[in-house]
Amino acid sequence: MDLDLTKEQGFIKSSAREFLKKECPVSTVREMRDDPEGFSRNVWKKMAVLGWQGIMIPEEYDGMGGDFLDLALILEAMGEVCCNGPFFSTVALGAAAIIQWGTEEQKKELLPQISKGNLILSLAVAETHQWYGLDGIQTTLTDTGQDLVLNGAKLFVENAHISDYILCVAQGPGEGLSVVMVDPRSPGVQCSPLNTFAYEKQCSATFHNVHIPRANILGTLGAMREGLEGLQEFAALAKCLETVGVIQAAFEQSVEYAKSRKQFGRAIGSFQAIQHHCANMVVDVDGARLISYQAAWRVAQGLPASVEISMAKAWTGEAAKRVTALSHQIHGAISFCDEFDLHFYYRKAKACETAFGDVQYHLDKTADRLGLV
Amino acid sequence: MEFQFTEKELAFRAELEEFIKSALPPDWQERARSWPGGYGAMEYDSEQDRKDAESFKQKMVDEGWFTVSWPKEYGGRGLSNMEQAIYFERTSYYRAPSLNIATAIMGPTILQIGTEENKEDWVPGIAKGEIEMWLGYSEPDAGSDLASIRTTAVREGDEYVLNGQKIWSSLAHASNYGWVIARTDPDGHRHRSVSIIVVDNNTPGVAIRPLINIIGVHSFNEVFFDNVRVPARNLIGQENMGFYYLMTALDFERLIVNIGAFKHGLEMLCGYVKRTERGGKPLGADPHVRRKLAEIAARVEIAYLFYWRTATLLDQGKIPSVESSALKLVTTELSRMLANASMEILGPYSMLMDPAQGAPMNGMAPRGYLDCISATIGAGTSEIQRNIIATRGLGLPSK
Repeated sequence: MDLDLTKEQGFIKSSAREFLKKECPVSTVREMRDDPEGFSRNVWKKMAVLGWQGIMIPEEYDGMGGDFLDLALILEAMGEVCCNGPFFSTVALGAAAIIQWGTEEQKKELLPQISKGNLILSLAVAETHQWYGLDGIQTTLTDTGQDLVLNGAKLFVENAHISDYILCVAQGPGEGLSVVMVDPRSPGVQCSPLNTFAYEKQCSATFHNVHIPRANILGTLGAMREGLEGLQEFAALAKCLETVGVIQAAFEQSVEYAKSRKQFGRAIGSFQAIQHHCANMVVDVDGARLISYQAAWRVAQGLPASVEISMAKAWTGEAAKRVTALSHQIHGAISFCDEFDLHFYYRKAKACETAFGDVQYHLDKTADRLGLV
Repeated sequence: MEFQFTEKELAFRAELEEFIKSALPPDWQERARSWPGGYGAMEYDSEQDRKDAESFKQKMVDEGWFTVSWPKEYGGRGLSNMEQAIYFERTSYYRAPSLNIATAIMGPTILQIGTEENKEDWVPGIAKGEIEMWLGYSEPDAGSDLASIRTTAVREGDEYVLNGQKIWSSLAHASNYGWVIARTDPDGHRHRSVSIIVVDNNTPGVAIRPLINIIGVHSFNEVFFDNVRVPARNLIGQENMGFYYLMTALDFERLIVNIGAFKHGLEMLCGYVKRTERGGKPLGADPHVRRKLAEIAARVEIAYLFYWRTATLLDQGKIPSVESSALKLVTTELSRMLANASMEILGPYSMLMDPAQGAPMNGMAPRGYLDCISATIGAGTSEIQRNIIATRGLGLPSK
């Protein structure tokens, strides 16, 4: 058993941290929250030069040929600065889906463009009246014989407004779920950003008689449930890694603050009450990292990881709420101010929890796997 | 990064598991009632249990498992820390009566820091299971603040004369020697005036008084020393170095957290839920029950990861003081969580103590609910562990 990063993994992580600290420190969230696009195209291009968008794309499609752990380390570093923008939806969702389900033509056409930073993707699953998971999807895909027609409305489509393709999950044709790639500029598509808690560009997207060419079908029509479940698990784990970064940063800042902030003539970190808050954060942060790395390692090895992912998502979700709340407690009133960055971590921690299944949802999945009935 | 055992570790694990299964009585799982993380049920409920535990121990001695972690020249296999971790994990999972602190802590400590005379005197007897020791650390006024001990040992010729009192001395009545820390230099520095001396329980002036714990079990004792004369050769290592040796001894304690018992406890509770219906519905369909069990499953996983992390750090030659504090903290808090959940899930039936009167899960839940109180107090309270993490780990100032 070896719980340390390899030299290469350590390099990915430290260089990612360095790059992000310089190019999009946490204050970027504030700068970008009112920006219509929500991210800097300049930084996006630089990420592509580093090979980030193609981190998991095989070398034959101009990617870096890395595994899930490599992606995980970048996401962890992004969590440390609460990085918003189209990386998650393009790479952890879009590229992952195309690598897994794309035809040879689709891969040849799309993956090199993703690697170069020329494509932005998003995934549309959730709908009003729906909960986590894939049940209750009412968006329909019908087969006219010639092409396919998409109708419905989606919520929480991150970056839909700037996407080149929305990967849309729909019911049909007939029984079963399908995934199609929708060009948001097609007639009948409307996207508008939602005002959301952590300032990502989550959008609503409506599809009214949108014609989808057959070339834009991803995977097998009507047979995508299992694949989507896998993709959602994968995305849940990716969110765990992001969360680990979020709480690592909040924790580090809190310890630093405890050492420097003086009250009653001494550093507040010398008070046992504060020390114990910090010690509890250590347990939560280290535990979140270990359980997430374990699951990521299993995914990278191609081993079954469903239960590990659900446990990781449940634990990190709870841990993140505890850690970020304690961070605010240690920082005191200043942390309640918009000008102070800490609330971005508090927001991001909760947003990561609600993405791809919250604590309760993943505890229930864990319970399923304990075979209680 | 590698979250799996090597081939060699897997083979060791399989060999050990085969031994444990063959050497334990077939109905041991129904009888073993220790609670993960608790210190209160070390003593056995019945004469039969005690006999079976003795016979298991003898089999371990006979088949080379008793000192398996020791260096090869002393009859062990020179296991890596990871293999030792596997050893403790499997034995605690099966709740095998294997934890003998003389073998796990005192033997290896003497081998590391003892004089040649110490090794001759104590090591063979410990290896055969003939010498069993109790830990004489805590005193009435020296609990978390161990450096305040007041028991004294004064050198007179070839002897030390001990006076003072120890408390929370687990199984002192069932062992034959005490591993006692006493102040040997009354004017010295708090940490450089204490020595470790082995005391024969049968020496005149040693009085052992039972303390019955809240489960009703005699696990603790108070031990009084009234002018107890001990041969000077029973001094372990050098005089006044006791605190440093105690730290060495602690290194051998880091993996003794009964980790496997937590997995066993979770499985026991899941087993009960699977077999039980409530209000005509399977209990396993109750959302509250499901959530509790899943939370515990995730915590058990976290505890295991902290455990393996401690073992890998030890194998890297590092001293995982902060990491093992985190391990102690996580496992013992889990002990309480598991007990709380067991009681909640059993509801009114959690009040039944006696399996013969229909107590579910062999009456383990209410016993565990009592026993878990000791988990977060013994061997360094949760507060002390948090202090260690904060000051040694994070460098937070102490003043």
